[in-house]
Amino acid sequence: MSLLQKDRSLIAVLGDEDSVTGILLAGTGHIDSKQKPNFLVVDAKTPLPKIEEAFQEFSKRKDVAIILITQQVADQIRELVDSYNQAFPTILEIPSKDHPYDPSKDSVLKRVQRLFGEEK
Amino acid sequence: MSGTAARFNIFPTRMALTTMKNRLKGAHTGHSLLKRKSEALTRRFREIVKKIDDAKRKMGKIMQVANFSYAEVKYSAGDIGYQVRESVKTAQLKVKARSENVSGVQLPAFDLIVDGQNAFELTGLGRGGQQIGKCRDTYRKAIEVLVELASLQTAFVILDEVIKVTNRRVNAIEHVIIPKIENTIKFITAELDEADREEFFRLKKVQGKKKERQEVENQLQAKERAEREAAGIAVAESGDSGAANLLNEYEQDPDVIF
Repeated sequence: MSLLQKDRSLIAVLGDEDSVTGILLAGTGHIDSKQKPNFLVVDAKTPLPKIEEAFQEFSKRKDVAIILITQQVADQIRELVDSYNQAFPTILEIPSKDHPYDPSKDSVLKRVQRLFGEEK
Repeated sequence: MSGTAARFNIFPTRMALTTMKNRLKGAHTGHSLLKRKSEALTRRFREIVKKIDDAKRKMGKIMQVANFSYAEVKYSAGDIGYQVRESVKTAQLKVKARSENVSGVQLPAFDLIVDGQNAFELTGLGRGGQQIGKCRDTYRKAIEVLVELASLQTAFVILDEVIKVTNRRVNAIEHVIIPKIENTIKFITAELDEADREEFFRLKKVQGKKKERQEVENQLQAKERAEREAAGIAVAESGDSGAANLLNEYEQDPDVIF
């Protein structure tokens, strides 16, 4: 397991144009030898299957450690995100520019709430 | 009784009883150890949950700042999205996984590492370079928080799984294995007691038989003796002068007095 984790070093991004650009600007972008990028820009015209495909691909890639996904995009593929239960890569829902962050939708926070009942 | 409940399929001997008692002791030890492990993990788990909660809030704030600084960039440098996306080559910001040990569970944690050259050195050379630099720094800070959150979240998922497994094992030992061993011990004890009683009964029976036989023999002897006595009397009656009083003829002499 630790061997598997060692190879994971990339941060993949799925989100709207501005969020992706900002994160890429910080220097997380990577294009591998097969010309596959580790990010996907989702806009209003992006078809759902394409998002799903990209999500599946990132989650199957062996060199991705973290998948950042804006909540707006995560909502579109909510089923997939909620049913995702692997430890690696980690999926992180981030707020996007024009959609405020809603903790009650986050798949992990939902799980936290389920575990602790009404405590939180 | 023990016949209905689950138990191990073994032959009830004293040796099996000792083995079972040892196993029961082992099961109790294992149970308490696992329970302690589960408690330690749960404590850690709650800590992580609290941290996740804080980090999520922090993330919300920092992303807001980052988005705002990107808006500034857009205002001063125009839309650089296309340029940025096209000039991506290799990642400069990477994460490195290390693992932390909590009661024998390897929890991963990510560290952000920076290597290689910034691919966007020349972005915004014409105008808005400063804003772009500021924006980059903000996003870098945001990503630091995100990476921290990601490691917490990974630890959360793994711990969740491990705690479930540990609790399952604790419950299995408590509700299945220990009762099973106890049942087996009960069964063996009952069976051994039964064997003891049987043995006792058998000995009693043997003794009884012996007594009976003795009595029969005694009776037989008594009968024989009685018969013989009866016959003896008859003999004595019939041949009294001849056999019984051999000395009679001498006794006719008077007693000698010195």
